[in-house]
Amino acid sequence: MPNLSQALNSGIRRAMEDDAKVLVMGEDVGRLGGVFRVTDGLQKDFGEARVMDTPLAESGIIGTAIGLALRGYRPICEIQFNGFVYPAFNQIVSQLAKLHARTGGKLRVPVVIRIPVGGGIGAVEHHSESNEAYFAHTAGLRVVYCATPNDAHWMIRQAVACDDPVIFYEPMRRYWIKGDVATDADESEVLPLESARIVRPGKDLTLLSWGGSVGTCLASARAAEDEGRSIEVIDLRSLAPLDMSCIVESVSRTHRAVVVHEAPVIAGMGAEIAAAITEQCFYDLEAPVIRVGGLNMPYPPAKVEQQYLPDLDRVLDATDRSFAW
Amino acid sequence: MDPIQLVTPSGQLHRHPDVEGEVDPQLCRDLFRTMFLARRFDNEAFSLQRNGELALWLQCHGQEAAQVGSIAALEPTDYVFPSYREHAAAMARGITPSELLVQWRGNAHSGWDPATYRFHIYTLVLAAQLLHATGYAMGVKLDGVNEVVLAYFGDGASSEGDANEAFNFAATMDAPILFFCQNNQWAISTPSSAQARTSLWERGRGFGLRTALVDGNDVLAVHAVTTQLASHVRSGSGPALIEAITYRIGGHSTSDDPSRYRSASELDEWIAKDPLDRIDKLLRAQGWADQAFFDDLVHEADDLAAETRRVCLALTAPNLVDIYDHVLVEKTAQLQQEQEHFAAYIGSFTG
Repeated sequence: MPNLSQALNSGIRRAMEDDAKVLVMGEDVGRLGGVFRVTDGLQKDFGEARVMDTPLAESGIIGTAIGLALRGYRPICEIQFNGFVYPAFNQIVSQLAKLHARTGGKLRVPVVIRIPVGGGIGAVEHHSESNEAYFAHTAGLRVVYCATPNDAHWMIRQAVACDDPVIFYEPMRRYWIKGDVATDADESEVLPLESARIVRPGKDLTLLSWGGSVGTCLASARAAEDEGRSIEVIDLRSLAPLDMSCIVESVSRTHRAVVVHEAPVIAGMGAEIAAAITEQCFYDLEAPVIRVGGLNMPYPPAKVEQQYLPDLDRVLDATDRSFAW
Repeated sequence: MDPIQLVTPSGQLHRHPDVEGEVDPQLCRDLFRTMFLARRFDNEAFSLQRNGELALWLQCHGQEAAQVGSIAALEPTDYVFPSYREHAAAMARGITPSELLVQWRGNAHSGWDPATYRFHIYTLVLAAQLLHATGYAMGVKLDGVNEVVLAYFGDGASSEGDANEAFNFAATMDAPILFFCQNNQWAISTPSSAQARTSLWERGRGFGLRTALVDGNDVLAVHAVTTQLASHVRSGSGPALIEAITYRIGGHSTSDDPSRYRSASELDEWIAKDPLDRIDKLLRAQGWADQAFFDDLVHEADDLAAETRRVCLALTAPNLVDIYDHVLVEKTAQLQQEQEHFAAYIGSFTG
């Protein structure tokens, strides 16, 4: 049974076997196989031309990937850690996101940007950022976020096959979680990249989450069951676009929603989800949509990060508040 | 190092030790014609802006030799990445007045299909295109074909991080790219002396690029030097950088007032080094063109100017709702729904 890092590895490997235009590029992805070993063994098997150790320059990595895509290649870029995507922000937001619209559809830039994301690994500053909101807010980008090995494997393959630019988030604290991967499943039967998944059905309240917080929500739902509450947990998987049909079907059925994410609550994706649910499910709601997330401060030092990150108690506290309405 | 020059501002031809061969009179006439037409188009576009028919225009006046000389030295299959002032180079590749004007009229964010001309769209964010060009060149190398990628940029853009990251990537990745800097002395109001302590061509050397310095107002020198360095790059010997010394005769744009930061005497100095004048004088002095050649060219330019005015006024605004179709390649349900709702909203105002 592979872990999430290995599942990504096998997914990237399949993508490279299926299409000679698929490339891997980034810092330390080749000889080292990536600081999280996600690209382990790929350079040995596919060569240095297709698995490139780039100079240490994030804007350069994304900018040259754009050029490679314009030439017909399908680059998978790695940004080594979430906090280091910022030097590439201009290339991502001003160029990658906009080239297709800028040219009225004439140019396609099928670049995938893999970003190890989130906290809970005791890291130093800049290594635990959750920056999905900046990219979900930018028209022209797809933003996806895996939480399980099976999703990681299939979503990376789907992201590479997609002709749109994709920001592909990988929760670092889940890299070593093991899970079955259906590598030989029929591609047409795999859940689409844009779709959310109900990972635990329930009747009384819907927990909406992604990445490292999905596990926290599942644990919260199990604890709530002991108190007689039936909580549905949805792993959104895709933040841009949001799978509103799945969200609306669930919340109109359960009547209560809580969004859980690591990123700060203020102007986070929870705000967009809450607003959309309120507009589309108003008369089905028994309580306002409640958000649980990071505090309105830069991500704190490792010694106190467990108090910062949404944990089981914070999630149950939010569900209690929802039920109290 | 002095910039390589073959033709003086007064039109005298001389040799340079780094340039072999004789000047081809036909090439000289062709380059002059392209520059002459480009200038006429550029002046016409400026007038259209002043008449309210364009929102903005950025003149390439004074830089025709740097652009025409360099692009003429390439093979038709060589891909070009401009910044946003390369109208003369664009015209040399066949891009039409209508295609060049559309984004400055406010009707679109780009003017042409890059695949048709092997000439990328304009990139307004300075130096961003240098990374795109470098990546494209990395792709050319992976393809194993002998193509050169030419990337234009200016002295101002050379200070951007992306420019320097591009030079570094090109050198470390051995990308078949020729960087071409039009040092036109000004980045809006900032003189090139304030952009860097060392000259561009020296900096290129520091990154591991083969470099050259050329008189950017001498179309024959630009052509010769670009030919040499393109050949170097095409042979797989590594990336190169040309610094062409030229001058931005107009303002940065039609919204700029250069009299606020530069002197009339400096402008006069550079007008005296005009790229078209010296070739006009050379052609006449060498007997390489008769009066009929120049008269015909004026008529051709008049026609071009009339055509430019006509196509400009014929440009129509886009449909805002249609833009939803190209936000993504695979349109999402969200985009589809929002498009329908907005179209209905707009539709509710008619009648």
